[in-house]
Amino acid sequence: MEPLSDICHANRRQFLHRAGLCGAAWLTPLAHLLARAAEGEKRRKPAQSILVLWLQGGPSQLETFDPHPNTDIAAGTVAIPTAVKNVQFAAGLERTAEEMPSLALIRSMVSKEGDHERGVYTMKTGFRPDPTILHPSIGAVCCHELPEAGVDIPRHVSILPAQWPSRGGFLGDGYDAFKTGDPAQNVSDTHSRASRERDEQRLKHLEVVENAFARGRAGRIETTGHRETMERARRMMTSEQLKAFEVAREPLALRRAYGDTPFGRGCLAARRLVEVGVRCVEVTLDGWDTHVNNHALQRKLVDILDPALSALIRDLRERDLLQRTLVVVAGEFGRTPKMNAVGGRDHWPNGFSVALAGGGIRGGRVVGETDPEGKQKPSEPVTVGDLHATLLQAVGIDSNKIHRAPIGRTVRFSEGKPLADLLE
Amino acid sequence: MGRRDLFFWTLIGVGAFALVSGLLSSSRTNSAAHFDGKAYEAPDFVAIVGRVDASFRRDWTAGHVAAAPRADDLLVARRLALGLMGTIPSLEEIRSFESLPRDGRLSWWIERILHDLRFTDNFAERFARAFVGTEEGPFIFYRRRRFVAWLAEQFAANRPYDAMVRDLIASEGLWTDKPAVNFLSVTVQADNNNQPDPIRLAGRTARAFLGLRLDCAQCHNHPYAEWKQSDFQGLAAFFGQTHLGFTGIYDGSGEYRVKARGSDEMREVAPRVPFAAELLPEDGSRRRRLAAWITEANNPYFARAAVNRVWALLFGRPLVEPVDNLETDGPIPPVLDLLADDFAAHGFDVRHLVRVIASTEVFRLDSAADHPLHETEEKAWAVFPLARLRPDQVVGGIQQAASVAALNAESHLFFRLIRHGQRHDFVQRYGDTGEDEFDGRGGTIPQRLLMMNGDLLREKINDSPLNAGRQISWMAADDAQAVEAAYLTVLTRRPTPEESRYFLRFLAESKLNRAQCFEDIFWTLLNATEFSWNH
Repeated sequence: MEPLSDICHANRRQFLHRAGLCGAAWLTPLAHLLARAAEGEKRRKPAQSILVLWLQGGPSQLETFDPHPNTDIAAGTVAIPTAVKNVQFAAGLERTAEEMPSLALIRSMVSKEGDHERGVYTMKTGFRPDPTILHPSIGAVCCHELPEAGVDIPRHVSILPAQWPSRGGFLGDGYDAFKTGDPAQNVSDTHSRASRERDEQRLKHLEVVENAFARGRAGRIETTGHRETMERARRMMTSEQLKAFEVAREPLALRRAYGDTPFGRGCLAARRLVEVGVRCVEVTLDGWDTHVNNHALQRKLVDILDPALSALIRDLRERDLLQRTLVVVAGEFGRTPKMNAVGGRDHWPNGFSVALAGGGIRGGRVVGETDPEGKQKPSEPVTVGDLHATLLQAVGIDSNKIHRAPIGRTVRFSEGKPLADLLE
Repeated sequence: MGRRDLFFWTLIGVGAFALVSGLLSSSRTNSAAHFDGKAYEAPDFVAIVGRVDASFRRDWTAGHVAAAPRADDLLVARRLALGLMGTIPSLEEIRSFESLPRDGRLSWWIERILHDLRFTDNFAERFARAFVGTEEGPFIFYRRRRFVAWLAEQFAANRPYDAMVRDLIASEGLWTDKPAVNFLSVTVQADNNNQPDPIRLAGRTARAFLGLRLDCAQCHNHPYAEWKQSDFQGLAAFFGQTHLGFTGIYDGSGEYRVKARGSDEMREVAPRVPFAAELLPEDGSRRRRLAAWITEANNPYFARAAVNRVWALLFGRPLVEPVDNLETDGPIPPVLDLLADDFAAHGFDVRHLVRVIASTEVFRLDSAADHPLHETEEKAWAVFPLARLRPDQVVGGIQQAASVAALNAESHLFFRLIRHGQRHDFVQRYGDTGEDEFDGRGGTIPQRLLMMNGDLLREKINDSPLNAGRQISWMAADDAQAVEAAYLTVLTRRPTPEESRYFLRFLAESKLNRAQCFEDIFWTLLNATEFSWNH
């Protein structure tokens, strides 16, 4: 597994070297920061990658990170202690509880969207849906703002994408997440269906057809970017970095620790992708929409989440990657404190939990409290804008930066305030 | 055991019978016989096309712009199929087309498309995106598929566009029973007591029907245009009495309120239109009055917005960009007003508008020329724009390229269902464009990977008796004819002499078998820039 980290180091050095050669004119302020950090300065290094463990459907805060044991709203859910005093999780998250010193919890998330599609958009982009503009997801913003760092494979990846994977919005489709399935299988569409010889011959054929089309369209055809995109796709197909998706290369014990599930393998692949310099990986665990039979269904998913999340944090830490990786665990909203008539919980955007870990985040902290009776608003409410401002800050992007979107309109990447308490 | 076997074989037998009867029964009529070209010869039709052509020519002369030559008829036929039906012409259709006399065969093709269900379905989906977007919307109160089906019915009946829009704005009833009200109920939100949202409706109304981005004035006065925040609020107030109850959408009482500036107090806002107040009728429900004002023939923006959208669908690029904002910095091109006036004068007849635009000189210009082409030529419409195909056009093209016969409503339900599933999967992976379909975005790496290595393409080019590749390689008299048929099927053109020579040599010298050779030729044509771009 060493080769991967080697590639990664080499890339950083290459990148810095190249940056030096080209002069500093094109460097973003962040690249400066990276460059100086690499020189061994004792400044805080911002995270360079972001891993989003996306719990689609709306996980129940009460059955995960914000239990209220022995209350009516718990409806029987039991709490367990964590490695941090006075912080409890719901039963089922035993392994993650040991990692609480690395985790920061927001228990007072509030959003204005209680519909799945609108909620997903809001949580992934930091903005409510707006018919006049499409906002980029946090991963797309990171790819846009942070340097490229010599990665041949897509820098924005969505593993096990559900219905609304992360998109580039006004930054362009080029910033959409690359979608791929269970890492136990080959990466989607990266292997030619023909023999190598035939494949190369097909490219020669293509040259002939392209030349015919280029006649009389000189200068115009380049504006399509078709051939360039094709070349980059070919480069990706032959890239060594594709091996980052191959979790079978990891020792069996580690694979077992992440859990023998598509989501567990997705998290392991995410770590390997971060190692080669991928900026954002989204791994989705779908099915949290438990309007019926809440406790049993949530528990089934918690049993998948617990080993994967805990192993991921431990693994990142042991490889000295945790400091440069921001881990976010979130869904589009939480679930109602009051159980419904069929043992389910419904949509609840008025006080739910998000867990953060890694680069730039202070572990062991908790922000906000929800009402044990499920009636009052949470204390210290955190808006989706605040969450995104915090994430941006953690990866070293100025959350106030103004960006010029198409139609000449200026927009910020976030409309909230960073949570100073959670940032290092 | 006997009974189960019997049951099984009966089932298979019935299935096979249904399949075969479906395959054989489709009587493919050559509608050339029924073609009525009168619409294209009417004096006012010839006049409006002439005025549009003259307007562009004046621009070219004034700007010293040399226009591209006229495009080949087949290329124009391809544009029409992509723009109006979201797919490419089939080999079968190309053969019918070429069997007709040169004069008037493009008009025949336009008429044939305008009466094809693929046209109504495509236009319904495109306009639905402008009217309600792509979101799934509130599960209980919104039925997008019903809405799109209703739009398709309107286009199929060639209902006047103004009448359609009046239904959208002013209908009452249940979303399942009166599909037009889905335009209103898509904005219903739980945090708004399950009531329609006047703000979203006002924004949508202004953009979709008037081509004005008044919703930017929702938060602040508009930086370029003259719109004020109060204009937007006045428009929203027309939806202030729109409610949702047991009987669906209805008009009731109440007033639209906004927060007064600098305080938390709410103040009432009266309905007010942002311009041309004299066109607003006095009587009727608020929504009826608004609908009448918007669709009034003298409202300058209504027809312009529709023309700009239909133009964009045909060219892949709107006359004024972006498609829902007619008030960008530049002046309104005179052609937009010519076409808008003609559209209004012809009772907002969508088919008439399509016929006019598709008959103009600029629509039939080549996308290539012997002289160098720059941005000046592009801007002056002196050359046909290169526009990236939408995902639905790409998948429609792949599916059609794999079949010699047209994949229309006449094909068997079984195959239509399979095609529908394939389309869905493909678009999901390719990445849907969403609501804004004309923003000139480039392609992405995952799209190229999907085209080079994806499942659908492989299924469509491999050696199967259902695929065009096999059929062509079997039935063509010789290699030259087979290569030509492959080009016509995928790129709607004949190979150049160089291309022809190249592939004939490949077929003669390759160690691969013939089926593999054609698989490779189809792969090549489908992966070319030319296939993925409208040109």
